Amino acid sequence: MTELRSTGEGGVATPEIDGGLDVRALPIVRPANVDMVPHFLRVGDRVVETADVVTLDIAVPKFLEEACRFRPGQFDMLYAFGVGEVPISISGDPARTERITHTIRAVGPVSRAIAALGVGDTIGLRGPFGNHWPIELAEGHDVLLAAGGIGLMPLRPVIHHLLRHRGRYGRVVLLYGAKRRDDLLFRSELSTWRRHPDLELRVSLNEGDRDWTGDVGFVTQLLPRVGLDPEDTIAMLCGPEIMIRATGRAISDLGVSPTRIHASMERNMKCALGTCGHCQLGALFLCRDGPVFTLAKSEPLMNIPEL
Amino acid sequence: MLDGEPAAAEIIDATEIQHLVALLRADGYTVIAPTLHDGVISSAEIESADDLPAGWTARQTPGNYRLERRDDAALFGYVVGPHSPRRQLHPSRLKLWGARRDAAGEIILDDMEASPPRYAFVGLRGCELDAIGVQDRVFQSHDHADPDYASRRAAAFIVAVDCAEPASTCFCTSMGGDPGVDAQTTGSDQAGQSGQTAGIDARRHDLVLTELLDADSHRFIVRAGSAAGSRLLARLEHRKAEPAELEQRESILATARQAIGRTLDTRGLKESLQANAEHPRWDEIAERCLGCANCTLVCPTCFCSSVEEVGDLAGERAERWRRDDSCFTLDFSYIHGGSVRVSTRSRYRQWLTHKLAHWIDQFGTSGCVGCGRCITWCPVGIDITEEARVLASPPPATRPQG
Repeated sequence: MTELRSTGEGGVATPEIDGGLDVRALPIVRPANVDMVPHFLRVGDRVVETADVVTLDIAVPKFLEEACRFRPGQFDMLYAFGVGEVPISISGDPARTERITHTIRAVGPVSRAIAALGVGDTIGLRGPFGNHWPIELAEGHDVLLAAGGIGLMPLRPVIHHLLRHRGRYGRVVLLYGAKRRDDLLFRSELSTWRRHPDLELRVSLNEGDRDWTGDVGFVTQLLPRVGLDPEDTIAMLCGPEIMIRATGRAISDLGVSPTRIHASMERNMKCALGTCGHCQLGALFLCRDGPVFTLAKSEPLMNIPEL
Repeated sequence: MLDGEPAAAEIIDATEIQHLVALLRADGYTVIAPTLHDGVISSAEIESADDLPAGWTARQTPGNYRLERRDDAALFGYVVGPHSPRRQLHPSRLKLWGARRDAAGEIILDDMEASPPRYAFVGLRGCELDAIGVQDRVFQSHDHADPDYASRRAAAFIVAVDCAEPASTCFCTSMGGDPGVDAQTTGSDQAGQSGQTAGIDARRHDLVLTELLDADSHRFIVRAGSAAGSRLLARLEHRKAEPAELEQRESILATARQAIGRTLDTRGLKESLQANAEHPRWDEIAERCLGCANCTLVCPTCFCSSVEEVGDLAGERAERWRRDDSCFTLDFSYIHGGSVRVSTRSRYRQWLTHKLAHWIDQFGTSGCVGCGRCITWCPVGIDITEEARVLASPPPATRPQG
């Protein structure tokens, strides 16, 4: 008699064989969690964005294209051989599957090592992970995107998606705030977007300079001039937590329901699988339940210091 | 139990425990059992039943653990020590993968196929089976089931033992548990159904022992909880249990239940804790808490881990190792720019609120089984039941005049 003893959903089934001796046939498994082993891919292109930010295009072989396909707002775990692994938002066009794009700011040992990789170098990649921006929910509505600093990178796939399917959406407004002109990301793309008839782009710098003719101040200061239809707007925000809180509050003060304001959050992450415990915010695992949450859900949590 | 029928109760002489351990070892199991080590009764590999702490017990109070001699030769006359099966099922260090890089920059992964270790746990208490049930939910119940955990779990053989003398720090009965291994009220009580307690999954085991110690005899009631357990029991010298012996077990368990003095009221606890993130009590705990992480190390359900890079100087080899982590470290919540949880207050709040409240949202069960380890091994004796009681009550109103 052989009975299968299941160890639960997704577990390993162990055949139990009856006999004189207690014999439990043992499953031969990969002892490590296979989800923790990256794909090793090659850097296909590298663009220097600012003094400490680069954009890497990673070449995706045909057989991995389906596995690496992502939705705007998702992230990958990028790995530098011998150094370590960090979560990085995917910043490219979701419709292009032969390469996957990330924009990395060199702030720690791992992100510095990744940002230093050149064309042809090997990079490890696990993912994509997490939920995504509400691009379906936003269909038929006006879309307000607000980015602070490096927060533009997880919103860039949304911009590509919206422009590709422009007819499905109402107004598309992008508000982008950066510290100084030197900190602006995707500069050539910004000038394309600026001329785009179907995209309203406003860029604001915290510190202007003599050649800057655009707005100066915080992203929140751009809001009153947008002329939002609060009943018909879906907002998507990304930036430092303080920017999300201030901008989110300002948008909801204009009458947009916090259930229609979505923001991407950041926490420490080690596994991206919901088991290392690092990315918890209250009962939420940011890697699995997020990183995108409505303000209705995240604001009460952000309001508790050190949660 | 097999097919819901009460398992037939057999009797073995205490000397047969020697045989039991030998059979498990002969079958290829690494036998993990309580043994005297570093001045405590902790679980480790044993070579024979002689390694069991016969005639020893331990007195446990908040922040205090003392070994004591018993006036009998009981093999299991104590309760849980600092170590739980977590050490074997989710080891504190585990190599996830390794690879080398050749001159062309190609990465060649090490062969990762291997047989999982086969552990036989002897002497696990009901609360430890509850803790394994909680870990099953954490590591096996979602999309990214941990295959390493699953294979260790599937290969494990469990010989559980009824608790006769709980410690002063025990409160399993508040968490849906019971000193009797299979006397637990699986999901049938009100608390279990609301998911506020941990003892809501069947306590899966292969054999369960009840130690019977009389002036002139030392024997065990043995019952099988699985087909594998039945087969092992058949290989031991046994006889049918007498009704008087089964009555003796009932009386031992009744006494044990009576002896559990500590309680934790789980009704509404999740909601209260989640609403009381700014309770002044957190500041008071922070004045006592050393942030040492002992509670997270001894807890049988704490699962947080980190991943470390291990490389060679030439940069040709790299390995990724998972290691236990603790929400009490500053590094745990670090993102560029600083840690999210800087104060001890916020880190203790994370641990306790996660354990007793958020866990229910995440896994459908409390993360606490009432084993009391965090109370015993806290250097300053912080008592989770007392803190939960205060934190669940409304914050004191502003001080009245006069």
